[in-house]
Amino acid sequence: MDQFVQLILAGLATGAIYALAAIGFTLVWQTSQTINFAQGEFVMLPAILVLAAVKFLHAPLPVAVLMAVGGFLLLFGFGFKQYIVNPMARHGILPLAIATMALSILMKESAKDGFSAEAQQFPSLVPEGAIQLFGATLSLRDIAIFVVAVVAIVGLQLFVTRTKTGRMMQATAQNPTVARILGISTEKMILLTFLINAGLAILASFLISPVYLAKFSNGEVIGTAAFIAAIVGGFNQVRGALAGGFIVGLVDNLAAAYVSSAYRAAVPLVLLVLVILFKPEGLLGSKEERTV
Amino acid sequence: MNAHVNLPASGPVLKVDGLKKHFGGIKAVDGVSFEVFEGEILGIIGPNGCGKSTLFNCILGQLQPTEGAVTLDGEAITGLFPAELNRRGVSRTFQLLQVFPNLTVRENLILAGQEHQGSMLSRLLGPKDAGLTAEAEKMIGFFNLGHLADSKAGGLSYGQQKLLDAAMAFMAGPRLVLLDEPAGGVNLTMLASLKERLEAINKEQGATFVVIEHNMDFVMSLCSRVVVMAEGKVLAIGTPAEIRANPAVIEAYLGH
Amino acid sequence: MTRHPVFSRIDANLATLLIGAVILWFAPAGLKSYGLYVISLWLVMSIAAMGLNLTLGYAGLKSLAQAAFLGIGAYTTALITAKGGIIGPGWSWPLAFVVSGAITFFAGVILGFPALRVKFHYLAFVTLSFATVMFLIFRNEQWLTGGVYGFSNIPRPSVMGSKLDNDLAFFRFVLVVTVLLSLAMWWMLRSPWGRAFTALRENPLRAASLGINLRAYTLLAFAIGSAYGGFAGALYAPLVEFIDPAPFAISASFVLLLTVVVGGQGYFLGPFLGAAFSYVLPEVLRATGGLYLLIYAALVLILLLITPQGIIGIVEKMRENRRQKAAQEQRNASKVMLEA
Repeated sequence: MDQFVQLILAGLATGAIYALAAIGFTLVWQTSQTINFAQGEFVMLPAILVLAAVKFLHAPLPVAVLMAVGGFLLLFGFGFKQYIVNPMARHGILPLAIATMALSILMKESAKDGFSAEAQQFPSLVPEGAIQLFGATLSLRDIAIFVVAVVAIVGLQLFVTRTKTGRMMQATAQNPTVARILGISTEKMILLTFLINAGLAILASFLISPVYLAKFSNGEVIGTAAFIAAIVGGFNQVRGALAGGFIVGLVDNLAAAYVSSAYRAAVPLVLLVLVILFKPEGLLGSKEERTV
Repeated sequence: MNAHVNLPASGPVLKVDGLKKHFGGIKAVDGVSFEVFEGEILGIIGPNGCGKSTLFNCILGQLQPTEGAVTLDGEAITGLFPAELNRRGVSRTFQLLQVFPNLTVRENLILAGQEHQGSMLSRLLGPKDAGLTAEAEKMIGFFNLGHLADSKAGGLSYGQQKLLDAAMAFMAGPRLVLLDEPAGGVNLTMLASLKERLEAINKEQGATFVVIEHNMDFVMSLCSRVVVMAEGKVLAIGTPAEIRANPAVIEAYLGH
Repeated sequence: MTRHPVFSRIDANLATLLIGAVILWFAPAGLKSYGLYVISLWLVMSIAAMGLNLTLGYAGLKSLAQAAFLGIGAYTTALITAKGGIIGPGWSWPLAFVVSGAITFFAGVILGFPALRVKFHYLAFVTLSFATVMFLIFRNEQWLTGGVYGFSNIPRPSVMGSKLDNDLAFFRFVLVVTVLLSLAMWWMLRSPWGRAFTALRENPLRAASLGINLRAYTLLAFAIGSAYGGFAGALYAPLVEFIDPAPFAISASFVLLLTVVVGGQGYFLGPFLGAAFSYVLPEVLRATGGLYLLIYAALVLILLLITPQGIIGIVEKMRENRRQKAAQEQRNASKVMLEA
């Protein structure tokens, strides 16, 4: 029983990371019909950038963090939209999705060849240690991950629902044509979602890397989890992505404990297929359209 | 109704009986009944949102009716899939353009006919035109698309695509054709030619038509009988002359 | 007179295929064993890509599992033809080839069922899940597949009693199988089936209203596309003579998808161009050391930005422009005649 509680709590921490990645994924999908197959690499890279700035430029850590954040927002918030999504968008979903696949290989290989093929330590703000809760041992880092991620998500939600800019962004996501008619500068709003996506990826990267180390291949697991979370929760809903993230995090951790390690990776996928077959709009999603 | 007893051979081609389609609380089609007889051109008119298109979609199996029955030559066809209905001789055109833009005009026509003959296997192993080139050429000639036969359908003008859409509906020699706003967006010259082609094909093929249309002149001159719908119900059925003189119809169209 | 541009285009495909085959038959005479391996690999992956091109490019169904089908075919062939296998080396390859195709065909039918229920990106994720599970099976079921240690000593097939141990002879064998499979694909795509697949991609609703059995054609597109993956696997196993799970991982399915799109989805010759780009070019780039994947990904990105329709899209666009210009001139001419 203690183990079960512990797994649940750890699952919530992992789930919070997945939720961050899945929310960004969903936002970008909503505003620009981009299926970003490089989403996992988006979470992998910021931590690597920090370490690279320390290693190659001998920058002190805070400076390195600033450089990594600025550089990443510029390249993968603004640059990604401007130079990959914009030119490809009018050719439909597929070529763009393929381009993001190529981008994911590019990011992964760059991290590997340009920095390191080995997993690297990443500094954490939170000390190692654990506390007892409901009879379960819980690491401080897991708690920190959960708290920071939830604060970020609540903040994002408040921004989207309570501020004028946030509401304009939401309108753009739901119906770009109507938003444009209402005089909203949809171009700016779409850019904003890409910047938010990049921001969430940076946050997820800094949260997860101290625990799992920074490695070029980290994106594979996180990316898949983010897709599954987004679909399980509902592809067109931010709160769906949030719920999906936690569900996948929990399933992931429980499967690790109760299913043979050889087939652990298949469990979230089975969940995914079941959702797709029986509730394709996602657990919290609304129907997009009807197939006749 | 003892007409059936007296005239078993000439029953209606299409019979719609008490058809209802509700979306939640909205009664889009609310108990519609009418019959269409051999060789007839029946018009369906009514203001926007009166349920015409929903009615079509229910007859054609694109929507499942909430209640009611549809029979083709006395056989129940309620809720059959569109492809199955089409193979039984029910054909349609669409309100919005629905041709295959990357196929040529000729290929569009062959496609429209190919599933009506042979087996899956013969369609794989047989000739690539499924033996339909002659038939397609006939249609191309009939609808004056000769100079465009090898152009991709996506490059045709709106009116030409409308003609192609209609030609595709007739390709397989259908028993019943449902035309959804064939005149919509078509210019006057093209309209006259479309009407004349439809009348000719009605005589030659002996096909039965049901036409949804907003263009009153077009309906009144083309159709032998007209069904007027309002708010999901049938308001009146009769010949164009009777409809023109019907006070309820005048009220519905001119009253407000 | 260019009266039947579409038909002449299809014939151009056939002509290119046959001329290319003749050239390939004689061209590699001077190549060393590595060169022969690379062009054999190119043909094998072209077959896998051709199958995916049918599913994706013609029928518009997005599959992320083609490498898994390649794997199923490769392991099936290994299990049947290896020494101590179900039959063992010798005459068994044709049987393995047929069985590989059959298994992947039926796997494709089963996997195609979700395609009847869900749309676009969802289907991609269903197939992605299937591919992951297959990869886990290849990796974990050591008693069957050899697990991470792989499956070695897969023999080359024998033709008329003589074993194709010579690399040139085996390459020519691969070439012949490729040409036969290409001809079958060419025939199918120009038959009414090909039109029905295209209709399925462009407008399923309208296709159904023309009597096209969406269910049957969707499943067929999926199953035949998958079977080509299996056929390719049956050639892949004896080509490399040793298989492990790595080349059948998810990333390999991604690369196959990339191959089809880069080559030009929905074009008959697209897969050959795409496979050259994805499997021959990296071998050339190996000279750059570990950077080849990086350069490859960058090239894909640049290429897609220039021509989202793929390499063959450039050629087609030019041809289409010329055709339209000709048609316009013809129209103008007939207009003049009418007005006169």
